[in-house]
Amino acid sequence: MKNDNKIKHHLSEDLLMRYTNGTLCEAFSLAVATHISMCDDCRAALESYEAVGGALLDVSDPEEMGDDSFESVMALIKNQPTQTTQISERVASDVPSALSDYIGGSLQDIKWRPIGLGVKQSLLKTSGNSTARLLYIPAGTAVPHHSHNGNELTLVLKGAFEDEVARFGPGDVELADEDLDHQPIAVEGEDCICLAVTDAPLKFQTFIHKLVQPFLKI
Amino acid sequence: MLKLFDDIENPYSQSGMSSVSVHEYAAGMGPRILEENKSHDWEELLLMISEAEDRVAFRHLFNHFAPRIKSFLMKAGADSTMAEECSQEAMATVWKKAKLFDPTRASASTWIFTIARNKRIDALRKIRRPEPDELTWPNEIEPAQEEALELKQQSEVLADAIQNLPEKQRQLVEKAFFKELSHSEIALETGLPLGTIKSRIRLALERLRHAMG
Ligand SMILES: [Zn+2]
Repeated sequence: MKNDNKIKHHLSEDLLMRYTNGTLCEAFSLAVATHISMCDDCRAALESYEAVGGALLDVSDPEEMGDDSFESVMALIKNQPTQTTQISERVASDVPSALSDYIGGSLQDIKWRPIGLGVKQSLLKTSGNSTARLLYIPAGTAVPHHSHNGNELTLVLKGAFEDEVARFGPGDVELADEDLDHQPIAVEGEDCICLAVTDAPLKFQTFIHKLVQPFLKI
Repeated sequence: MLKLFDDIENPYSQSGMSSVSVHEYAAGMGPRILEENKSHDWEELLLMISEAEDRVAFRHLFNHFAPRIKSFLMKAGADSTMAEECSQEAMATVWKKAKLFDPTRASASTWIFTIARNKRIDALRKIRRPEPDELTWPNEIEPAQEEALELKQQSEVLADAIQNLPEKQRQLVEKAFFKELSHSEIALETGLPLGTIKSRIRLALERLRHAMG
């Protein structure tokens, strides 16, 4: 999926580096891979980070291998078929394949659950403590006011939202930490769908939300 | 580009010869000895594996990269036995996927790094790693030789630049890349304030990017 609109809000260096070296959890990796599929700038940045990783590997101090390790590798190769092609069946989708793998197709295939005031969500299955979910925010509607215990990444897939920080359109990423207390509002004209990833549960401000939060799993 | 085996009929690329040390074997071949510590043309070696399943080429790649992949995995927290095993598996993947290596898109060390990284995720973290969509290139465009050469030169410059980084910066970049640490965790480990770490890493990466042109 390619975007004609210029993406203005990108991934952080920390996220890119951790995605490059393989230490980022699955939920955040999903958001990073989805954004990179939409953003040439971050793809180029990822490629430079990978080149740095390659160069570091190239000049690092070696660790001695076992005596027969080359023979073991040749045996491994012999016992497994050579991969000549790598054609994966791709389902046509309006989202990058990283994400369509999780929703089983396109945005219209998402199974939504209402969480109040017209806002809907769909939890995605990822390992680890972080949570990935899709949010559906009707045009002109606000997501309940909330702050965070940890970090939250929101990637816009469709439509746009605004909060105290800026306006975020398709492909844009908003990064929020515990200091940001914000209320995103979907802009008028188009319903907004975004991928939201958190490494700790959100804290909602109102009493009623505190009450229902354990049941909503957000 | 350096051609290593152009003029040699390759008797030891046959099966069953893998237990013969290449260096011992090649030592008898006269002036075309492949020196242990010489930096080879890794891209060329990968292409020889992809095109001719060349075991000698593979042995050279193995000698250089397997011990470094092992070291990478140990820095990431694997014990010696596991790192040895994963490094072997990564090298087997290098052989099996050699046909997918495209020198116009990545240098050999970058490509091998991504294989080692994925092995690290499989083995140490056991999680799935969502991947970005592949860029699709129009078929009619032939991958340009100059592009591959340029990429190769860039990665050599980058490796030099890393070796020439001030020791403190190099250590931080290595920590950030090889250990399971975020910037804030590095701050805890090194006792440096987070702002300093971030600016040092950024500075180091700036230098590296600059070196890449
Ligand atoms: Zn970006």
